[in-house]
Amino acid sequence: MSATTLTHDHLHDAHHEEHHDGKENALFGFWIYLMTDCILFASLFATYAVLRHNYADAPTGKELFDLKYVFIETMFLLFSSFSNGFAMISLHKKDRFGTLKWLMLTALLGLGFVGMEVNEFAHLVMEGNGPDRSGFLSAFFGLVGTHGAHVSIGLIWMSVMMGQLYFKGITPAITSRILRLSLFWHFLDIIWIMVFTVVYLMGVL
Amino acid sequence: MFESALFGKLTLSAIPYTNPIIMGAVGGAALIGLLVMGWITQQGQWGYLWREWLTSVDHKRIGVMYIILAVVMMLRGFSDAIMMRIHQAYAEGLGQGFLPPEHYNQIFSAHGTIMIIFVAMPFFIGLMNYVVPLQIGARDVAYPFLNSVSFWLTAASAALVMVSLAVGDFSQAGWSGYPPLSEMQYSPGSGVDYWMWSLQLGGIGTLLTGINFFVTIIKMRAPGMSYMKIPVFTWTILVTTVLIMLSFPVLTVTLFLLTLDRYLDMHFFTGGMGGNQMMFTNLFWVWGHPEVYIVILPAFGIYSEVVSTFSQKRLFGYASMVYASIAIAFLSFIVWLHHFFTMGAGADVNAFFGIATMIIAVPTGVKIFNWLFTMYRGRIQFTTPMLWSIGFIITFSIGGMTGVLLSVPGADFVLHNTEFLVAHFHNMLIPGALFGYFAGYSFWFPKMFGFRLDEKWGRRAFWSWLGGFYLAFMPLYALGFMGMPRRLVHYDNPIWQPYLLVALAGTVLISYGIFCQVAQLYVSIKNRAALRDTTGDIWNSHSLEWSVTSPPPFYNFAKVPYVESLDALSYKKEHGMPIRAEAPYSPIHMPRNSGVGVAIGAFTFIFGFAIVWHIWWMVIASTLAILVSVVMRANDEDVDYMLSAEEVARIEKNGAQASASASSGISHHDMITQG
Repeated sequence: MSATTLTHDHLHDAHHEEHHDGKENALFGFWIYLMTDCILFASLFATYAVLRHNYADAPTGKELFDLKYVFIETMFLLFSSFSNGFAMISLHKKDRFGTLKWLMLTALLGLGFVGMEVNEFAHLVMEGNGPDRSGFLSAFFGLVGTHGAHVSIGLIWMSVMMGQLYFKGITPAITSRILRLSLFWHFLDIIWIMVFTVVYLMGVL
Repeated sequence: MFESALFGKLTLSAIPYTNPIIMGAVGGAALIGLLVMGWITQQGQWGYLWREWLTSVDHKRIGVMYIILAVVMMLRGFSDAIMMRIHQAYAEGLGQGFLPPEHYNQIFSAHGTIMIIFVAMPFFIGLMNYVVPLQIGARDVAYPFLNSVSFWLTAASAALVMVSLAVGDFSQAGWSGYPPLSEMQYSPGSGVDYWMWSLQLGGIGTLLTGINFFVTIIKMRAPGMSYMKIPVFTWTILVTTVLIMLSFPVLTVTLFLLTLDRYLDMHFFTGGMGGNQMMFTNLFWVWGHPEVYIVILPAFGIYSEVVSTFSQKRLFGYASMVYASIAIAFLSFIVWLHHFFTMGAGADVNAFFGIATMIIAVPTGVKIFNWLFTMYRGRIQFTTPMLWSIGFIITFSIGGMTGVLLSVPGADFVLHNTEFLVAHFHNMLIPGALFGYFAGYSFWFPKMFGFRLDEKWGRRAFWSWLGGFYLAFMPLYALGFMGMPRRLVHYDNPIWQPYLLVALAGTVLISYGIFCQVAQLYVSIKNRAALRDTTGDIWNSHSLEWSVTSPPPFYNFAKVPYVESLDALSYKKEHGMPIRAEAPYSPIHMPRNSGVGVAIGAFTFIFGFAIVWHIWWMVIASTLAILVSVVMRANDEDVDYMLSAEEVARIEKNGAQASASASSGISHHDMITQG
């Protein structure tokens, strides 16, 4: 009896193995990649924590940050995650143009976020408070800029996915990629909440 | 103006044509390169090389390429070592050695960087590439294409180090590149940039490999292989990949911040303006200490396989081996401060890190005793891999004891930055890592190529290496106690000189050992007919890689095996079960070879070179080229195929000689959607 069970399990496993294709592995591996990215941000947060009071006679966060501005910026990113969620719902319904529409909105909101960040950075640099001014400003630009670079890469990725979706339709490979993109996007949202809290809120308080 | 836009900081004076030593090395390397390329052209093998090797996504081919890269870089790193030893032996009093200080500094910086990043890492990554999928009964890794990209990133960054020899210079700030010395103010040349970018780009390749193998081992084990049935080498690799994933992002950030300091005048690690130099040191060793275990744990895995096989016994204490590996991995993250006890963190902090460091000796000791108990009452065969293992157990124990000595902060205050430290970490890394890779190389060589290595030359190599090691490094312990600092380009103490002459003699003996290894390879290839392995299980071993032919078919397993127990092959042999799968076969899903990995590697090299020399148009162009390559790959739907059951049957019938040529030239396959 037990031998029969074993053989059955064996066959089941072997069958499973044959179909052990990329999708499941790709998603798992991407989660793992996100965890390594988490360590990357953790190192940057640690750096920021060490340097956050090293003003070197340059202005402090309290003098430089405009919470209202950053709050609007934050809303752009949060709502982009929201619309990304709708894109995923459309994707599950196999609604190609619905997905495209929501992805487009997500990308526009993301673009708005990056635009506001670039504007903030440009202002700081022009006022003479660039990253070369003090250890604190280096850490600020390093941490916030790395997050912004991630969002920008996400935007490039998103535009490639919109192209693929438009020309090729909803294939299993494309679905899997958009799923991973969406994970990436939400991940950056979570990181931003921490940036907003640790850098801006705690900087101003 | 136009020239600086076109060439950045690069000028003709960057080529050190007035330095005969460097030009000789460049000439020699170029000559060897030309000879190899000429030979390939004469044999008409470029097409074969491109189709079967360079573009391969087969983990076995990639593994062999990693090992070749490691061996080539080892010759470079060893030339640096012997130059340092010759120089120091004659740099006393009126003697000036033969190297100017700025060149000597580059040599010890390059030696460290190359030996850790471009020898130890690719050597074990090569072995794990070859062995891990076979040991777990998988047909390939989780992401075969990514594997190819990882290799080419590593190769590109190794090439960047080699180019620094001919164009510009290498870092003079040591392999660890501490600021403020590595900042623009004190190192304005291209050297630190070469060091920084080669480490950065190679590190990204390693991180991707870490993720790849972690997913492979977690997700792609043969049915029946539960966690405590995973072969011990694969277990150490699993732990190693976790270490890679946890520590390499820290290296990425550290180098990135130094890059911002150097390129955009920021103040993370500068002396003034709010920078914090010790933050670099902390971040560097948060990566650097786990890195030590990243290169040593795989060697522990190899020793476990070798000792068990050649004692003809099961490994003693398998479970404790696994838990010891995990304990070492955990502890490796809470000891980084012992690299700089003199920072001044205070007695409490130093005591914590000192004790944590001592505790590492416990799981490591467990492993040592397990190997000894495996040998106890075993029928030991003194083959070359076994000799490396026994040499390791004894030598490594000595190194471990000096490590425990150094972990006492008070003792460290006296000995840090002396030759004692140099002796200690060479005492860990040469037996602890390198001997292990040599053991793995001779252990798995017959699996890779279908014939084993010559024993006589192998024994000569071992004894020369072992004797050479003791001669070269034991005097350095003494010199450390006598107060000799490391990295000295000149000294005025005649008492030190005899010790350094002995160390030089040791290095000469090691070069004879390397000569023996080259001779061993040559002799073995020549006598390969007599050394042929026809069984696939030449050592009467215990795990699944020995259940397939030598070399294995490119799909590894005609049928995915079912694993009944730890030592899956021993179980099959003991129970008289068939070792290999029999007909009928099913079609096999295989990835196609791809040139995109090579292209990404090439563009990465161009990117690295351009950014070292501030050639901005080339930086932008190569970044775009990498992006385009990735997008093109994403749009390519023809990335895999089904190998028909008839083809599998044909290859299985013809036995060992099957190669991937069947995969590239194949005509009857069905296209299927990529996952």
